[in-house]
Amino acid sequence: MAAISLRRLVALSRKEIYQIIRDPSSVVIAFVLPFLLLVIFGYGVNLDATAIRVGLLVEDHGAEAASLAATLATNINLDVHAASSRAQLERWLVAGDVRGFVVVPSDFSRRLNRPGATAPVQVVTDGAEPNTANFVAAYVAGAWQGWTEQYALDHGASVQAPIEVIPRYWFNSAAVSRHYIVPGSIAVIMTIVGALLTSLVVAREWERGTMEALLSTPATRAEFLLSKVIPYYLLGMSSMVVCLIVAVTLLDVPFRGSLGLLFLYTTLFLGSSLGLGLLLSTVTRNQFNAAQAALNAAFLPATMLSGFIYEIDGMPWPIRAVTYLIPARYFVEALQTLFQAGFVGSILLKDLLFLLASAALFLGLTAWRTPRRLD
Amino acid sequence: MLDRLATLVVKELLLALREPQTRALLIMPVVLQLLLFPFAASLEVKNAHLAIRNEDSGGAATELIERLAHTQAFPEIRLVHGEVEMREVIDSQQALLGLEFPADFSRNVAAGRPAKVLAIVDGRRSNSAQIAFGYASGVIADYAAEHAAASGRPVTSKVVVRNWFNANLEYRWFMLPVLVAIITTLGSLIVTALSIAREREQGTFDQLLVSPLTAGYIMVGKTIPALIIALGQGTLVAAAAVFFYRVPFHGSVLLLYLCMLCYGLSLAGIGLFISSLCETQQQAFLGVFTFMVPAVMLSGFVAPVENMPLVFRVISWCDPLTHFIVIVKGLFLKGYGVTLAWPNLWPLLVNAGVTMSIAYWMYRRRVA
Repeated sequence: MAAISLRRLVALSRKEIYQIIRDPSSVVIAFVLPFLLLVIFGYGVNLDATAIRVGLLVEDHGAEAASLAATLATNINLDVHAASSRAQLERWLVAGDVRGFVVVPSDFSRRLNRPGATAPVQVVTDGAEPNTANFVAAYVAGAWQGWTEQYALDHGASVQAPIEVIPRYWFNSAAVSRHYIVPGSIAVIMTIVGALLTSLVVAREWERGTMEALLSTPATRAEFLLSKVIPYYLLGMSSMVVCLIVAVTLLDVPFRGSLGLLFLYTTLFLGSSLGLGLLLSTVTRNQFNAAQAALNAAFLPATMLSGFIYEIDGMPWPIRAVTYLIPARYFVEALQTLFQAGFVGSILLKDLLFLLASAALFLGLTAWRTPRRLD
Repeated sequence: MLDRLATLVVKELLLALREPQTRALLIMPVVLQLLLFPFAASLEVKNAHLAIRNEDSGGAATELIERLAHTQAFPEIRLVHGEVEMREVIDSQQALLGLEFPADFSRNVAAGRPAKVLAIVDGRRSNSAQIAFGYASGVIADYAAEHAAASGRPVTSKVVVRNWFNANLEYRWFMLPVLVAIITTLGSLIVTALSIAREREQGTFDQLLVSPLTAGYIMVGKTIPALIIALGQGTLVAAAAVFFYRVPFHGSVLLLYLCMLCYGLSLAGIGLFISSLCETQQQAFLGVFTFMVPAVMLSGFVAPVENMPLVFRVISWCDPLTHFIVIVKGLFLKGYGVTLAWPNLWPLLVNAGVTMSIAYWMYRRRVA
């Protein structure tokens, strides 16, 4: 391969940059889309159930049942709506108006005061929403536990001292899900900017016939590829700046790492996602197909298999094995570390190596598949 | 006029299905997503790593650790020694949750004094870590209750939890009905949004305009193939859900198709609208994205709609996917009939009407 001529490279890159700037949609991609998506991920994807709507039916008229109901109603995690009958509760649950309901049966107070008997409190959750169902059960159980302890104390009973589990949240003391979802979603946005846009650029040259014109020029393969990579790299970097500013100022996500490292990891990740986009574009030579392929090879894995929402440890092993091949996984991990922990050597080193390898792999494959002459 | 329309529909379908590469790209992703997502997309906490620092040599702590080790959620328990090691294990994400038993733990339990366990929760993954914390506290609470019962101080009340519609809280039962909705979204949106942009780029759009077909017919001609593809993909996913993943289907198949059709229509309207704004396929593709990512994220599938701020709840209500997901899930798990589906069906119908009209209006304007 001939050495890279700077003059030709600049000329080709300039052509590509003009093409980007003249197309208003690229401005949308680089600046508006990251902003929009980040706000949506930051505010719309909220896994911290603040107040879950639950129904409550107290069939018992005793004082104990009333005090339990009052404890439930004042729980900040539950938005309690009183019902008049079981049928009403069931209707609410089926229609999705409540995520669960609590029934205090008619013999609750009586059984509570009878030695040797247990007084059950029934909790029914909406299994169609498994994650919320877990939270409903946990919140009701928590409120109930607080109530029983108070009840025992009030009645002078010698309570068996409970074992208290005191949680401490490291890195994210208020346990705000936004603090880890936002860094993860930056990786998804970088994938969109990197892979999806570039997936179309080489295919476009083929479709429009300008590829043949390019092949007849003295431009080398390296020059051609670099002229595609550099402009989109710059575009990706400016999106990263937008993301960082929005995350830190508007969404209040702390950034505890170094900007230099953020720059390094973004560069490497963009290298691999631009490489993947170009590879798909080069192989398919058709914009429609390249777009579809990019969606499936880049975007979906970045959202589903990168561990940014769904825990990788929870997946079955064949899928866990697949996640090792996904560059977004390492970028998500690096971003979460840089934003929340600042610096963790063992994690960052592993991510660095994998990102380097995947950038080299995808750019190398693209170079290998880029023809220098027409077949 | 009808056979002209049929010709257009056949032409569109041929375009979508004739080329092996394009055909593969319409089917492959569906299969891939069907195989991956039900296993991957889960907020369940399994195989979580738990680190335990036990400074107590008594029986209570040993027994609790034994019990935690037998929980399905924590197949692997790592015993650490000292604060430094605990910090290292949590920092490097080798454990999601750390428990510390202080030296006086067993002594306190035996004496009936309040005993404390310190839990270190990795806030970088607060959702999973909180769920893991919930499991661990559950095990500890059970132990405390049994201990109390054994020492003659019985607990007099208990919470009995039942999960309706999905007794074991199988995440897959939630995921597959949602997948029916999401996969249909992608297929029909891409087909409609990119088709007109492609005609424009390749110059065949002008040929369509000089044909005797009116704007309305061209639109219908673009909508029907998208509907056929959406219904086809939806059928595939629903069948896989029922026969392969064994998700119960309690509703009516006819109602499912009716709702799928309404949903497909409103998507086609959105796709055509995006298409009418775009000059190139790259722009159209981007448009699909700008619509789809928010639509999926705000549909209540990733995070419950109730948790969102008001503005997002409003947007979510306007999102056809939100309603369609509720209906599909209702049909699968809750046995929805027309009455139960109606509160979500009419917004879908309105949505289809509005988006189709806007698309038609935009289209007329572009053509004229």
